[in-house]
Amino acid sequence: MYEAIAFYLFSALTIGLFLITVMSKNVLYAMTSLAAGMVLISGFFFILGADFLGVVQLIVYVGAVMALYSFAMMFFDATRDIKEKNTPAALVFLLGGLSALVLVLIFAGPIHSDAVQALYPMHEGVGNAQDVGIVLFTKYLVPFEVAAVMLLVAMIAGIILAGKKMDQSLTKDTSVDDADEILKQKDAK
Amino acid sequence: MIGLTDYLIVSAILFSIGLMGVLRRRNLLMLFFATEVMLNAVNVAFAAISHYYNDLTGQMFAFFIIAIAASEVAVGLGILIVLYKKHGSLDLDDLASMRG
Repeated sequence: MYEAIAFYLFSALTIGLFLITVMSKNVLYAMTSLAAGMVLISGFFFILGADFLGVVQLIVYVGAVMALYSFAMMFFDATRDIKEKNTPAALVFLLGGLSALVLVLIFAGPIHSDAVQALYPMHEGVGNAQDVGIVLFTKYLVPFEVAAVMLLVAMIAGIILAGKKMDQSLTKDTSVDDADEILKQKDAK
Repeated sequence: MIGLTDYLIVSAILFSIGLMGVLRRRNLLMLFFATEVMLNAVNVAFAAISHYYNDLTGQMFAFFIIAIAASEVAVGLGILIVLYKKHGSLDLDDLASMRG
């Protein structure tokens, strides 16, 4: 009963918030609704009994990724509305609806097969975090280490890409040559 | 009672919202937001399948998807900053230089 109420509440709120993310013209509104939607997605994980995944979702997505986005938003001039020439809505709705139909078919097809068996079954009486830890550090140890190396590479790439010419402002400073060029390019448009 | 199908339908709706955003948006930062929506929708589907089949594999894949999303954001935002320094804009139509 409570599960059903929570499911419908979370799904309605998530769909609404993600629609705002996709449709909004303002970067700040889009980012805030994306963060709220991710909190509610972690609510889905808690309903489904994946406690550790929910906590990781809160820490990584709502904590780290959203902090990165908000710092990036400060680099760009994010207070004004974005002017973009959007693709015609009818085409987008047609394509989106068709792909949604295909997705539902793809997902609903395998459900009728009862032959699916659990590869790494959950244990009764053992917490979710212990179960996840045991499977992650025995069966998925190599992918785990590869993911660690990938995160290191991503960190170095982020530092190298974003760290160049960090001493000059992107939006305001007109005394630097590059910023002058940027302003000239803007005037030329 | 809520079954697996309900979760998968919600996940498909969320995924198509993200896909609609990817098709519709012209600003690169907004495109990143739309891809995050799609990744989250897939994570919901994985967690639901993991719960209803009593299997931990779905949760494992969701963990790796979260790791990949985090590194994607780190590298992608670095590239966005470099692009903004170079062009002064994040609009895809302004950035397109090869007009066949």
